[in-house]
This record gives sequence, structure tokens and C-alpha cells, in this order.
Amino acid sequence: MKIHEYQGKEIFRKFGVVTPRGFPAFSVEEAVEAARKLGGGVWVVKAQIHAGGRGKGGGVKIAKSLPEVKSLAEKILGMQLVTRQTGPGGQKVRRLLIEEGADIRKELYVGMVVDRGTQKVVLMASSEGGMDIEEVAANTPEKIHKVFIEPGGGLTDADAEEISRKMGVPAPALAQSKDLLQALYRCFWETDASLAEINPLILTGEGRVVALDSKLNVDDNALFRHPEIVAMRDLDEEDPLEVEASKYDLNYISLDGAIGCMVNGAGLAMATMDTIKLFGGEPANFLDVGGGASAEKVTAAFKIMLSNKKVKAILVNIFGGIMKCDTIAAGVVAAAREVKLAVPLVVRMKGTNEDLGKRILKDSGLPIISADNMADAAKSVVAALKKTRKKPKTRPKKAREKKK
Amino acid sequence: MSILVNRNTRVVTQGITGKTGQFHTQTSRAYANGKDCYVAGVNPKKAGEDFEGIPIFANVADAKAKTGANTSVIYVPPPFAAAAIWEAVEADLDLVICITEGIPVRDMIEVRDRMRVQKRRTLLVGPNCPGVITPGEIKIGIMPGHIHKKGRVGVVSRSGTLTYEAVGQLTELGIGQSTAVGIGGDPVNGLKHIDVLKLFNDDPGTDAVVMIGEIGGSDEENAAQWVKANMKKPVVGFIAGVTAPSGKRMGHAGAIISGGKGTAQEKLAVMDSCGIKVTRNPSEMGKLLQSVLP
Repeated sequence: MKIHEYQGKEIFRKFGVVTPRGFPAFSVEEAVEAARKLGGGVWVVKAQIHAGGRGKGGGVKIAKSLPEVKSLAEKILGMQLVTRQTGPGGQKVRRLLIEEGADIRKELYVGMVVDRGTQKVVLMASSEGGMDIEEVAANTPEKIHKVFIEPGGGLTDADAEEISRKMGVPAPALAQSKDLLQALYRCFWETDASLAEINPLILTGEGRVVALDSKLNVDDNALFRHPEIVAMRDLDEEDPLEVEASKYDLNYISLDGAIGCMVNGAGLAMATMDTIKLFGGEPANFLDVGGGASAEKVTAAFKIMLSNKKVKAILVNIFGGIMKCDTIAAGVVAAAREVKLAVPLVVRMKGTNEDLGKRILKDSGLPIISADNMADAAKSVVAALKKTRKKPKTRPKKAREKKK
Repeated sequence: MSILVNRNTRVVTQGITGKTGQFHTQTSRAYANGKDCYVAGVNPKKAGEDFEGIPIFANVADAKAKTGANTSVIYVPPPFAAAAIWEAVEADLDLVICITEGIPVRDMIEVRDRMRVQKRRTLLVGPNCPGVITPGEIKIGIMPGHIHKKGRVGVVSRSGTLTYEAVGQLTELGIGQSTAVGIGGDPVNGLKHIDVLKLFNDDPGTDAVVMIGEIGGSDEENAAQWVKANMKKPVVGFIAGVTAPSGKRMGHAGAIISGGKGTAQEKLAVMDSCGIKVTRNPSEMGKLLQSVLP
């Protein structure tokens, strides 16, 4: 689960990670009030969306007076912020973070993730802060320093100091930098984070180390023990169809193509998308109905797929193991009827009670195209899609023929 | 022959009294030698009772002492599953197969770390996996037994239904399987592709291997490098997720392209360069394997 920068900073502060002072604002009035409360003469108005690259997109601005805070807040709140992570449509800004201005002498980078190879948390640090860290990793990998943290011992004083030195923290600030990194690790560990990133971590003119940004993602599987983080979930930042799908325990991800697909199992669902692409189509979504899909779940899945208006054909691919093909077939038929399915539907079913399932589809009287394997199913659905696209052209001709 | 499990394996089921545990214990016991293999269940509150004749014990150590169980299968809910793994490791079983999906990563880091630090010999398969089956002998997990056929091809995969797909294709072509291992879709797990390939390499009952991977991490690449240097048997492969977008978790907790790393294209290229025949068409996995058989 992702949270906003200001929420991440609230959590950071609880663990002792130093951040600038700031308040969230949901309106222009709140933004001005926040600046007034903070005092001083320089403020930063920061758009709060889950995507990165906000600064380059024009979502982070500096104000030097309260009227300027007001006009910037007016401009940024409600704007469609386009960044390298939002896609061309951008993301609407609904929240701001108003922060005291910082005196930046140097920008550094620190991040923590779980390293799958060593099965430990890895701390990555670099002197190249404020930039796209993936680019730094690709172009100048020697500028990224790593520490693999022992789960039993945590981040040691020696490791925290050494990596601080490597990323260019001067001697007088080393002790504070060590504390900050250790606090960040405790934060990562105790919140069940999957990613904790500070880009940039800054060195101020006074020689202090401060987290100017925060990115904190939390392991979805661990949310049951963090109700306070669950409360931070912002549904406005998520794809509405993905939110709807999660209510039915369906794994759904929107994509750009025209062929909706419904599959049981994540690996098989990806393989089905790949096969659609291999035969010239584009998948409209990833949708894993899981192991124990009921008729209700299948119907919900159909509704979600079809609420994506780009979907012009559907491919259902089920390997019936524990889940029986006849159960799925009955669910597909019921769903197709309930949603008054108007796009071509190709079904490939394999496994337990396969013949029974195929008969149910056939006897339903619905125009369902049956396929024997994944490749045939993909070919059929791509062909069916092409036919529907040709239809508008052929229809007038047919009409004329009828008149004759 | 086979790897990891065979007709002599004795299984204790952790979470035998839950709905999932009950159902899969029934189907697994009904498969091949299951009646002899499933010897115990664990539930601290129901010790002394039984599940359809399978005695229930308070803990894994008791179950092992009283029945000779050497392998456990876990259906315990996610918040308690890592503790269940540790209980089986502490009881010094040979093998633990954890089916449970949704275990917090931190819990897995902790239990894997303890296994390493204490130099435990117990092998872990999973979590978030379909289990392990040696066709005609024993089925431990949630896979449909009837699609399998006894034979000499090994299968190793991170995905459940995609494993069934590969197995189904092999069986249709008349090619049987020595053992099929689902290593699971989580980022922090037990045996990896490379570990299972090593076992297949040493197994006189396995002639060739189907290796199925997916986006995320670099296990497939590591395994491919090992295959190039050490594997004496042909390996064919498929990687799911060529069309998966970056930064999105595709169902499995571990199936995510992060920071441009762990793409299917990258994995396929490395596998190909290491002498593993790969296909981009998952309907062709069986035929591809058939093409490399002597």
C-alpha cells in the first residue's frame, strides 16, 4: 500500500527521522493557515499525489509570502499533475503539504527495500540525491553504496556511520546521520514497509541532515497489524476498478488493450496476457479470480472487466483443478446473461469436469466461442475482435442486401 | 525415482482442522499412497482427537515422535504461518511445504534468518505455492492429482495454475513427470529454482526439466547461470509477464518489475544465452520439452 509524502513524514517523525516542519492542507484556506502557523518567510507548497516526479511536473513550488502561498495553492490544488509516473492523463491534486523552506547545501539519497537474494533489508545510499535513482544505478553504479542489514542485529552504528561517510556526510553531521538511518531502519522494520525512500535527504546550511521527501510503501500482507496505516489509504489515488475488484478479493490491474481476460491463478493470468499479445492482440487487464471462484465472484469479475469501456472482447481461461470447470461454466453463463454481454466471449477450459463445462456453455444458447488451448483461445479472441471492428463498415452493405 | 517426496514420505498436516486443510488433506490422502503417507495433524486445542482417522497432536514435535512424520504441509492462516514453519523446523523435519498465501514479508525474513543462523537442515518449499507431487506416489498440496502421470520429467515453477498447464500439456503428449515442485510466488521463500534444479540434476529418475518463472527478482537468471555450468540434463523454460507493466504487483507478492529490474525479457534472454530452450508461447511448453528428449 502506498501513502502520501505527508503521511510518510508523520510516521518518520514518530521513529525519529528528522523532517522539515509542515502541515497537510486540503483547501487554499488551510494552506494559508498552515503557512501562518509555521511562520518564517519561505514556504514550500507541495502537491500530494502517490506518483513520483512531482517537482519536474510543476507540483512543488516555493513561496516567499502568504499571498504567494495562496496563489500557488490555488494553482496546484485541483490541477492534473502529469509526471513520469502518472501517465499522460496525470493525477488530480486534492491535497497539499505546506512546509517550512529548507536551506539545501547538498542533496543525498537513501532507500531501503527487501533484497530477495539475501533475504535481508538492504540500505542503499548515494551522494547523488534529488535525481532519478534508477538512472544513477544504471549510469554510475559505483555511486550507490549498499549495506545488507542482519535481521537479528539491526543497522549497526559502524555500518550506519560508514555509509553516511560514503554518501558524503561531513564529519560533524555523522552522528546525526547515523541516528537518522537507524531510525529509518526501525521505521521500515516496525511498519512492515516494502520500500522506504528519502530522495533527497539533505544537508542543510547549518550542517543538519533532514528528510526533505518521504516515500513509504507498506507490505499489503502485513496491513492487518497496522490499522493506523490502513486509515491513511487514499482511494482517490487508486484505480477505481482495482478498488472495486479488491472488494471481491479479485486481483485486477487495468491495462491499455481491448481484450479483457479472466483467468484463475496469477502466473496463468500473466501467461494468458502474453499469449494474447503474441497473437497480435493487446490485453485490457490482468485479472486473477483465484482458486475458489464462485458464480458471484465470476459475475463481479465480468462487471469489472466490462466497466472498462476499452474492452471489446473477452477471453476466459480456466485451468480447473480444485475449481471445477462446470462450476466456472455455470458462473460464466450466469454472468454473461446478467450483464447482457454484447462483446465476443472466448472460453478456454481445461481440467476437472471439462466436458461438462463445455456442454453447459454450448447449451446456454449464448454465442460463446470455445477453444481447446491457450493459443487457440488467443487467436480466436483476436479474430473476433477484428470482426467487431469491421462491422460498422459492413453493416450498411448488409442492410442494402436485405432490401433487395 | 523422484525428488523431495515419495511413497515413503510421512506427512504431518499443520492446520488440518481448518476448512482448507481438511479439504486438501482429503484429496491428498485419496491420491496414490496417500492413505499410508498422511499420518498426523497438528492443532494445540484438539490434541488427542482425530480428523477422519488421522490423529491430531498438540505440536509438530509430538507428531514426529509418535508417528515418524518427516515432512509437514502447512495450511495455517497467514498471521500464524511463519510460526508454524518455525515449529516444523525446530522439530527437525526433513521438509516443510507451506501452502499459505499472504504471509507478511517481515515474518518470512525472520524465519529464514533463524533457519540460516541456526544452520537448520530442514528444507522449505513455499510459501504461497501449490506444493509438491511425485505422480503415482504422493501428492502434498492443492494441485489436481489426476492431471499428472508418472514419468521422468521434472517441473519447477513459481506459479500454481501455470504448473498445472505445463503438467497437463506433458501428460497429453504421453510424457510423465518425476516430481513437480511449486516453489511459490512470494519474494522471500525457501527453495529457489536453482535448488530444485540441483536436486533434479542428481536424480537418476529425471531426464529433463521444465522451468517456469515469472517477472520479479533474479532467481531465474541465477538458476540459468548454474544450468550453463553444471546441468547435465536438458532444461526448457517459460517466463510469464512479458506484457506486465512496471511497478505493478501481478497477483503474486513477488511478481513485480521494480526499478526496471526483473522483466520477463531479461530473464528469457539470460536463459536463452545459458542454453535453456525458451518459448514465448505457454501452449508450447510440453512440445518444447518433447523436442529435447533423447
